[in-house]
Amino acid sequence: MSSTTLPRLAASRRLRLAPQRALVWLGATALLLLPAFGDEYWINSILIPTITMGLAGIGLNLLMGYAGLVSLGSAAFMSVGAFASYNLLLRAPWLPLPLTLIAAGLIAAVAGVFFGLPSLRIKGFYLAASTLGAQFFFEWLFTSYRWFSNNSLTLTISAPRLQFLGIDLRPAPGRYLLVVATTALLWLLASNLARSRIGRDWMAIRDMDKAAAVIGIPVASRKLLAYAISSFVTGIAGALFAFAYLGTADAHSFDLDKSFEVLFIVLIGGSATLFGNFLGAAFIVLTPIVLTRIVEWLDLATVFDNGVLVNVERMLFGIIIIVLLIREPDGLASLLQRIRARWQVWPLRA
Amino acid sequence: MTKYWKSIALAAALALTFGLTAARAAGTHEGEQLYPVLTYRTGPYAPSGIPFLGGLQDYIRYVNEVEGGVNGVKIYTPECETAYSIERGIECYERFKHGYEGAPTAIFQPHSSGLDAALLDKARQDHVPVFGPGGGQAHAFEGRVFPYSFPLVFDYWSEADVVVHYIADRVGGYDKLHGVKIATLYHDSGYGRDTIEPLAILSKKFGFEDIQIPVPHPGEQQQTQWQQIKQANADWVFLRGWGVMNPVAIKTAARVGFPVDHIIGDIWSGSEDDTRPAGAVAKGYLAVSVFPPGTDFKILQQLKTKILDTGKSDLKDKSKFGSVYYNFGVIEGILAVETFRTGQEKFGHRPLNTEEGQWALEHLDLTAARVEQIGATGLVSPIKVTWLDHVGGSSAKIQQWTGSEWKPLTDWIVGNRDLFHDVLEQKALDYAKEKSIAVRTTADAPIN
Repeated sequence: MSSTTLPRLAASRRLRLAPQRALVWLGATALLLLPAFGDEYWINSILIPTITMGLAGIGLNLLMGYAGLVSLGSAAFMSVGAFASYNLLLRAPWLPLPLTLIAAGLIAAVAGVFFGLPSLRIKGFYLAASTLGAQFFFEWLFTSYRWFSNNSLTLTISAPRLQFLGIDLRPAPGRYLLVVATTALLWLLASNLARSRIGRDWMAIRDMDKAAAVIGIPVASRKLLAYAISSFVTGIAGALFAFAYLGTADAHSFDLDKSFEVLFIVLIGGSATLFGNFLGAAFIVLTPIVLTRIVEWLDLATVFDNGVLVNVERMLFGIIIIVLLIREPDGLASLLQRIRARWQVWPLRA
Repeated sequence: MTKYWKSIALAAALALTFGLTAARAAGTHEGEQLYPVLTYRTGPYAPSGIPFLGGLQDYIRYVNEVEGGVNGVKIYTPECETAYSIERGIECYERFKHGYEGAPTAIFQPHSSGLDAALLDKARQDHVPVFGPGGGQAHAFEGRVFPYSFPLVFDYWSEADVVVHYIADRVGGYDKLHGVKIATLYHDSGYGRDTIEPLAILSKKFGFEDIQIPVPHPGEQQQTQWQQIKQANADWVFLRGWGVMNPVAIKTAARVGFPVDHIIGDIWSGSEDDTRPAGAVAKGYLAVSVFPPGTDFKILQQLKTKILDTGKSDLKDKSKFGSVYYNFGVIEGILAVETFRTGQEKFGHRPLNTEEGQWALEHLDLTAARVEQIGATGLVSPIKVTWLDHVGGSSAKIQQWTGSEWKPLTDWIVGNRDLFHDVLEQKALDYAKEKSIAVRTTADAPIN
């Protein structure tokens, strides 16, 4: 791009600001009004998991995309959030729901800081291995000590109540609004953090930690802060995942596969973006369903055997991920960014 | 320019997929009974899922094609693959809970204990009866607290009693149990721990020594645990394993010199896949069986001639015909079909909805005469479900591995559920209190 295009872009930016803001408001209103019109199937099995997993993606992205620290323990911190909020709901019933979620997030943050300590000494794959430790530790802890699941026979936890201001949030619209409101607030927090001094410090550490230390960034405390905030967000996402989506969960709902899923959401959505996490989550949630629907729509079950079809579906899912990562290494967010940039100058471009 | 086309292509693809997802095919299956089948033909449990689904689909095909449906009502069985993951299962549940393509849902089967637990609250709110034979939560029998949960046929507490009953027979009566050492080697999970409490109760009553030894998941190392069993000088081992833990247990037992014919496996430790990998040392191993294998049952012979030999079977590997998991699928199919039949007797010969399905399950009475009529004597134990008891039975056989196949050693042993009734009832009532669930009273009881 030559320098002459710059003024034009600046001018068009001023022009665009109003409609863009209108679009954001329109989107927000649509999200809030959705439960009134939306089908329960869409809310329960597509929107709630997409938004919750997107939120978990935000948590990991703060750590991985912004601060450049690897983690394979996202699901462990999700489980800490879920089990902590369960025990708070059960043992401290006087606590209002938002405070319960915040407290659960803080407990997850403490766990995150503890397992983040090795990041002060080690990097890369070695660090990944140490966060993997969190994954195994918490799965073991929650299956071995029945206290965490209130001595339940099956070691499962389910929210005894989900109430806010006397409103029962258990029906689908209530759970949906809980998820949307919590996610919106945390997104706001994350985007402000990413643009603040702290976020810039993280990016400096990510790009070169020695240089960051030289210019006076407190590397150690910033790294631990990254683990704390990341686990705070992930922990709350875990609580929402367990109670607003699954309904009932146990330690195995947060296994290593779930950690990888969060990692894929970040990779597919785009590193160091926030909106991209929701694109990644939508991709992970929707693609298998869409593939099944296509198979059904083409009536392939009459031609092929069920066993073959389900295996082909899984292979296709894998192939799509590989192709996507090769064609869009910066994730779906960068694809969206380019499409947006193209449409912004649309009538003027050659 | 190429980039431009790429975005258009992407937009078109997205629009198409969203359109497809939103578009529900119009009612092409009206007048049929929906019976959604959640499958796990992929993922870690596929080896047991494939023969099990084969048995289930074959029996439904038999009912549809040979018997012309249930009183003329065809059963529509769309599949939904979960790979045993709870999230995929929830999507399937949401897709099918209010019927599909014009066919209504009457009952829903999660085919996974994790999904079963996840649906406990949802299904109650949606009024969808969830049923799963064998291996439900023991306190879910209490229909007053769990009106929409049906852990039919068997539970692990009864299993503990059946095992003690069999050991008592072998040592010469309940009075000889005093001082006998029974070690329970269990998979360290909610499932595995479920027999700790009933065995403690039984041990107190009959005076045998109760030794509990956990094996962490997945259990491919058991040297320490079996040394412990040897040191404790246990007389019998009750093996409550899962997956790879079972053959490893049998092999390790042989290595430390524990007699294999004094190990009694759980219902999930008694399939061909649990004994074959252990090799020759498994010969003589015992197991509790609620889903007896074999091809001699009349209904299995019918399936062989009408479905397998005509090429209509879902089974690709025909050697799985008559295996434990295949027969488990057939049994599940029989229970579902008999539920539809029960409901149709009351509501008319038409597809049932979920409320009618719930009524039908609470009135399911599978008598010995009816089992004989189906041709499943010896395969299915007679059960009777009521609004107070959602399990309906507690019968199991003890079978023995001959080195190439399972042979039943006993007829149905009926577990004594009265022993545990009060404890389990209390657990259910505690659960109701924790969740603020209104307990059903005789006033809401379905009398007729």
